Order: sequence, then structure tokens, then C-alpha cells
Amino acid sequence: MTEGVLTTAYIAASVLFILALGGLSNQESARRGNVYGIIGMAIALIATIGGAQVTSYGTLGVCMLIGAIAGIFVASRVQMTQMPELVAILHSFVGLAAVLVGFASYLDPNAHFEGPDAQVLKTIHEVEIYLGVLIGAVTFTGSVVAFGKLSARITSKPLALPARHWLNLGLALICVWLGTIFVGADGHSGLIPLILMTLVAFAFGVHMVMAIGGADMPVVISMLNSYSGWAAAATGFMLSNDLLIVTGALVGSSGAILSYIMCRAMNRKFLAVIAGGFGTAGGTAAAVGEQGEVVAISAEETAELLENAKSVIIVPGYGMAVAQAQHAINDITRKLRDKSVEVRFAIHPVAGRMPGHMNVLLAEAKVPYDIVMEMDEINEDFPETDAVLVIGANDIVNPSAQTDPGSPIAGMPVLEVWKAKAVVVMKRSMATGYAGVQNPLFFEENTRMLFGDAKASVDSILASV
Amino acid sequence: MPMKIGAPREVHPQECRVAITPDTAEQLQKLGFSVAIEAGAGEKAHFSDDAYREAGVEIVEDVKTLWAESDIVLKVNGPETHPNEVIDETELLRKGGTLISFIWPAQNPELMEKLAARKATVLAMDSVPRISRAQKADALSSMANVAGYRAVVEASNHFGRFFTGQVTAAGKVPPAKIMIIGAGVAGLAAIGAAGSMGAIVRAFDTRPEVKEQVESMGAEFLMLDFKEEGGGEGGYAKVMSEEFIKAEMELFARQAMEVDIIITTALIPGKPAPKLITEAMVESMQDGSVIVDLAAQQGGNCALCVPGEVVVRHGVTIIGLTDLPSRLATQSSQLYATNLRHLLTDLTPSKDGQIDVNMEDEVIRGATVIKDGEVTWPPPAPKLSAAPPPKKETATAPLVVAEKEEKPKGLVTAILMGIGLLALLGLGSVAPTAFLSHFTVFVLACFVGYMVIWNVTPALHTPLMSVTNAISGIIVIGALLQISSPSGLVVVFAAISILIATVNVFGGFYVTQRMLQMFRK
Repeated sequence: MTEGVLTTAYIAASVLFILALGGLSNQESARRGNVYGIIGMAIALIATIGGAQVTSYGTLGVCMLIGAIAGIFVASRVQMTQMPELVAILHSFVGLAAVLVGFASYLDPNAHFEGPDAQVLKTIHEVEIYLGVLIGAVTFTGSVVAFGKLSARITSKPLALPARHWLNLGLALICVWLGTIFVGADGHSGLIPLILMTLVAFAFGVHMVMAIGGADMPVVISMLNSYSGWAAAATGFMLSNDLLIVTGALVGSSGAILSYIMCRAMNRKFLAVIAGGFGTAGGTAAAVGEQGEVVAISAEETAELLENAKSVIIVPGYGMAVAQAQHAINDITRKLRDKSVEVRFAIHPVAGRMPGHMNVLLAEAKVPYDIVMEMDEINEDFPETDAVLVIGANDIVNPSAQTDPGSPIAGMPVLEVWKAKAVVVMKRSMATGYAGVQNPLFFEENTRMLFGDAKASVDSILASV
Repeated sequence: MPMKIGAPREVHPQECRVAITPDTAEQLQKLGFSVAIEAGAGEKAHFSDDAYREAGVEIVEDVKTLWAESDIVLKVNGPETHPNEVIDETELLRKGGTLISFIWPAQNPELMEKLAARKATVLAMDSVPRISRAQKADALSSMANVAGYRAVVEASNHFGRFFTGQVTAAGKVPPAKIMIIGAGVAGLAAIGAAGSMGAIVRAFDTRPEVKEQVESMGAEFLMLDFKEEGGGEGGYAKVMSEEFIKAEMELFARQAMEVDIIITTALIPGKPAPKLITEAMVESMQDGSVIVDLAAQQGGNCALCVPGEVVVRHGVTIIGLTDLPSRLATQSSQLYATNLRHLLTDLTPSKDGQIDVNMEDEVIRGATVIKDGEVTWPPPAPKLSAAPPPKKETATAPLVVAEKEEKPKGLVTAILMGIGLLALLGLGSVAPTAFLSHFTVFVLACFVGYMVIWNVTPALHTPLMSVTNAISGIIVIGALLQISSPSGLVVVFAAISILIATVNVFGGFYVTQRMLQMFRK
């Protein structure tokens, strides 16, 4: 296959990838978009394998076959509640691949530079390798730790080492210093600094994600998504491959935008989230203590309340995912809709452990997506709503974000559930949420608390509806 | 030995309510009590003795026996002279017994004295504190709700026209205009009932915080061009200043000329009802108009109101009935009995049929007006107010902070852009063209990505992440280009990269497909 055909194939693949992402703008076009993505990937792979540079089809075939089987196996078995973990581990693969491709590219004996610009080209090439490996390594270990935290193999509490900011800065400086040695080195003598830098970057990735708590995971996942893109783009530069650059840039900006959306939804600065440690220093705020009396309600009374309401909004949070309550919720929704109660869902952008997590869980439980609303779509409607059911959410429905400028979550956009006529909050206990802030919602006059495990409570409501 | 709860027939003239219904009797038995009623006690509220028997209630023929045998007596009205037995019900109450009913301790000091002399424990349903936890036992609210509804029914009964506007073959019918003064529980219930019958409803209240509630019921809130907070302790209204009342009266006078029906519900605790509708206002109303005065018991809001009667003055029917809840006896008995049942649930924490008058409990403390013969009324002031705390200052504060941050942010952006531009120029001056063409592609792709991703609906963010996972598996191309290298180490690295990147490609696309299949309308 000629160079020209290869290039056009890559252009086609780039266009198809853009269409794949564009298709996600709504649910109807999304499936078609995914097919575009698959076609684009197939074109790119066939064109590359058919190209002159590739000859060892045997090894390649075996590796791809194993990878394909493993990928489909995992993807078909994964529970929707485990999506964040799957996404995290897939990020780590991209990171590791970027590291390996970077090393291979450095060691490749075919690489040689000619002409008057040879020295500049070599330097640029080495900088590209260095950056590709660096980003790849951080993505790799960061994602592995994120995976561990999301699957509860590692505690999701933020790890706060003393002087951790200085530690991060030190690691970064070491990377820069090793980089200057690496770029100046002759032949392959730069391998040692490259390996050292990789180890430092591994440590950096681990430490960075360890310092971030569970509920900040949406930001971390989006950020790692972004990094995996930049790692691919850096690889594209080192291999002078435009398709890799385009794809990497698409993925990189996608992750960056998601991180931005997540941070905005928590009213926090990106750097503050990445610096980690949130939720540990909230001692003063948590000490405010109880602010009045809470009123408990039974599952039967909740069912009655829901049945007698004209409109109901359900606000799910991470607690619903943990309790796997989405199917029972859908059953309740169906029963209520049969009794011509208007039921809708309100999704806060950072509900759950990754962007859009709640939507996927509800979709899995066959909740129709046209009754699943975003925060901005539904926040106006709470005053006209008869009953709100809050399941396993806390900080995202905390009125003190609007009323108490001293609160750690002040200014965070929240779902204004307290404006509804009645609010039922399902909760295990009176413990504070992730931010360690007491929630005045629980003490509102129109709030009733339904204590107990979310799954058990939802099931008993279902039994009484 | 479980305690016995008894409910005698109400002796108050024209009282149709009853303190125990078959439903609540069953629930009281679940609390461990045994329940008895006087024969025929529920008759006027359409609960037959048989219905009670089915619910496991003992029917006692003789009223004296009932009083004597009951540890706890539940009543609607406070004890008064029994017309047949010619003795005071207070005399019938067992020494040291417990009585739960409306008492109105402020208005009935004599009754209080007599009850105290009986060494009784008395819980007054009218003294249940108005805090959120006690709402389920708040009989004033539940009775006010009934009264509000009934007020509209009475008004329509005496009003010669439709409430709703119609265009018929026989001509156009204008809708009735109703003004409701006081948007408490009764007022809101009246708004709801009148609104659902199709009338144009306007409501006035001295507490501006109820505006939202009024509007949520579909009525127009009449605003006074005057600033004064009318919310008193415990969610009740308070006495307003003279200027305020003057402005208020002008508003009523204007409205009286226009509206067909006025329903007044203005009460101030412990005070006679404020006179809001003057004779001149009544005169200014059209013939056939109706005024329902829900404050009649406390003297009435209307100057011409005769408590307990329906009178016609200047062509306007003025309804001063004081037994509106009793006129809806089945409903109000059910609600009142449920209020009693909730209070008894609180009094019986261990559900063993033994009440525990726990004076530490705010609700029970508030309701208990006599404890073992000792007068414990009035209770200490309630802690919580139904009105929301003022929060205006706090709401505006964050806005100010945000504005302050604005300027330095713009400066930082400008500096960053400047640095970026210089870095680009620096790069351009040394980098070869091959690199720069790749760089062009990179920057353009970033912008395309930026534009495309902002269009992605937030509901699909998880599929977005998995599909970007899949396409970032494109890194496999890098490994594919390296796998045919002569260097063994490079081949090993490339082989591993191909393997894991392929997992990404297939896994990512497959799981995305799976998720997107699930999104259904």
C-alpha cells in the first residue's frame, strides 16, 4: 500500500472518530456514532497492517487476537456499577502502551536523522519520547491506583502525606533534570535517565491519585482520560503519525472538558482537586453539629406519599450505585407512572464516581432516558414538585452551599430539593457526606428521613406502592 | 394491666364529631390499650356501634360507667355539664385519670381549676406546640383545614351564582371573585377549595413569607405597599402597627367593592379576633354577596358577625357559624382521632398500653396543661419557628466575592496567553517544518475536539469516556509500526503494547455499544 493511500486512510479514520464523538450529542445518534468509531478504527488498523513497514504478521496476529478476546470478555462481563473501574483500567493500558512505545521508539535502530537539521530533529524527537513516556507513566500508575480505589481494593480516603506538595514539586524537578541529561546524551546512553524518569513518574502517578478522595473521582477519571489522550498525541509526535496526534488531541480535550465540567459542578479549582486532601481538613465545619430535629418516616408512609403526589423527582447519588438499587427504583418508577404520577430523575453532574455514571445505571435499569434530567433542566421545577426522593446523595442536595458562605462547599451548584413540598432522604445514618459538612436539609420542616440500607428501603417502598 | 381508653358521646350542642373512629381504635389497640366508647358516640359522624364492635371496641351503655372505667378519656370538646345526667363531666372524670381533648386553658380558667382539683393529668389538643415533629398531632391545623373547606361550601350554599365562569347558550356567566383574609391552614384550604370550584381567588396575609404558598395554590397574593414583618412566634401572626392596619383596611375596602365572597380567618393567639371588615365595607358589597367569618368564635373579623348564626345585613349574608368542622363530622372525626392516635403513640414509646407523660419531650410538655393535678400551663416558648430564618445577607455575600475575583483572573489569562504566544514563536524559530506541520494538525485537532465535546449531552458522559478509551487504543498503530523491528527488545515492547491496546480498542467499543443499547425512551 502506498504512502498516499495510507495517508487518506488515516484522514478517513480521523473524520470517523470525530463523527463518533459528535454522535454522542444525543441518545439517538450515539449508537450510529459508535459504529463510525469502529469503522474508523478498522480502516486505520487495516491500512497500517497493510503498509510496507509491517511484516511480522504472526506475532501481531496472536497479540491482537488475545487482546481482542480479553477486551470483549471483560466488556461483556462488567457490571454497570463497575464502569468507573473499567474505564480507569483501560486508561492505564493506554498509559502503559505509551510508555512501551516510547521506549521501543528510543531503542529502534532504524531511527536516524539526516540533513542539515539532523541535530534539531534528534532533539525534538527525544523531547517527544521523553514527554510521551512521562505522561504515559503518570497515566499508567495513576489509573491503576484509581482502579484500586474505585474497586475498593485501596481505601478511598485521601492519603495526606506531610509536605506532599513539596514532594510533588521535587518529583517534577527531578523529571526536568533527568530530561536535560537524557536529551543531551549520545547514542543510547540516555536510557538510564529515561528509566529513572519513568520510575519517578510512576511514583508521581501513584502519589497524585492516592491523595484524592472518593467523591473527587469524577475529576480524576476525567483527568486520566485526558492524560491518556495526551500520551497518545505525544506518541504520534514521536512517530510522526498524524492520526495518532489527531486522536490523542480529541481524547485529550474531551477529558479536559469533562474535568472542567466536573470541577465547575463542585465549584472547585482543578488544581485544588488535583492537589488532593479535600474532606480531611473539614473538622471545623463538621463540628457545627446538629441543627434541629430530624423527622423519621417509614417505608410504607413514603410509598403513600409518593402515590399521592402528582409529581415526583428522584435524586440518586453514589449510595444508589453502592446499594445496586437502580432496578428496584425503576420498578417503583413504573408503578408510579402507571398510577399517572409524573416521575423524573434529577442528576447532578458529580453524582457517582464518574461523569454520567448515574445515567448509565438508570439506563441499565431501563429507566427511559427522557425522564432523566440534568441539574440545569430540572432545578427550576422543584417548587412545583410534590415529593422528592433522595437516594444515597448528600452534598449535592445541601442547601448550605447557597446559604452559608463559610461552608467548604459554598457556591457549589446544588439540586434545590428543599423547595419541593416534601423531601424524603434515604440514608444509612446521620453521618456527614464526603465534604464533611452537616446538611441542613435533614432538619428542614418538609424533610423526612428514611433510615436504613438504600436497597432494603427501596425494596420495602416497592412492596408498599 | 393495659390502660383503658374511653370516648364518651360529645355533649356539646350540635357537636357531631367523635374522638375515636373504628380505624384509630384498631391502631390504639396495637399500642397495647383496650378501647371503649359510649353507645352511639360515633352515630352522628356515621360510625355505627357495629363498626366499632368489629374493630374490637367495647360498647358501654352507661356514660358513668364509661368515665369510671377509663384510665384515659379522649374527647373533642372540653368537659362541660352533661344535659341528661345534670352533672359536670369533670365530676365524672376519675380521680387521677387522664383526659385528652380541646381545653383552651387561657379561656377556661375555671375548668382548669376543677380539673386540677381532680388530680387529673390533662393534655390539651389546642396546646400541642406548632413544631414540625408535632404536625401529625396538630388538631388545630387539621380542624382548620376542614373549616376552610367547609367555609367555601357554606359560602356557595348561600351564594346565588356559579363559582366558575361559563359561556353558555343562555348567556355568559362571570366567575365569582373571592377574597380570603389570612393564609393559615384554614385560609389555604379555602383557597384550594374555592380555586378548584373555578372561582377567582385572592388572598391576603400579614406574613409576606406565605406569598409563595398562596401562589402555589393558584391564588393571587394581595400585596400591601408597606414593610412590616407579621410573623410572630410559632408561625402565628402578631398584632400589627397602626399604620399597617390602616393600609390594610384601605385594601380591604377597595376589595370589598369588587369581590362577591369574603372569607376571613384572621386570628391572633390569646387575643380577640381583629375587626377587619367594617359595617361600611359590608354596605359597599353587592347584594347577594357572602361573608364567611371563621374567627366568629373569637368575636369575628366582621363587625356585623353574630357568632353561631347566619344573618343577612345590607343584603349580604354573614355566616358566623362556629361548628364548621362538626358539619363535616366524618372527615373531621377521622382527622382528629388520628391526631389523638399520633399523640398517644408519642405517649406510649414502649407500646405496652401504659402512657408515659414525659415532660422532657417538647411535644408532650407543650400539650400537657395539668400534670397530676398541678397546672403546667403555659409551657415554655417553643424553640423552633415555622417561618424560615432570614437569609438575605448570606445569599448576597458570595456574589460580591465572585466579582472581586473577576479582574485578576482576566489579567492572568492575558499573561498566560502572552507566554503561550512567545513560546510558540520561539518554537517556530527553531523547529523544522516537518514538526510544525504535525503541530498544526495537533492544535487544530484540539479545537475540533473542544467544539465536538461541548455538544455531548451530559447523560452520555460515561459512554463518551469509554469510546474515547476505545479510540485512544489507536496507540496500537505506534506499536504496529515497531513490531517488525530487527531489535528483539523493541519487538517485545511492541508486542505487549499491541496486546493491551487491542484490549482497549475492542473492550472500549464493545462496552460503549452495550451501554448505548441500554438508553431507551
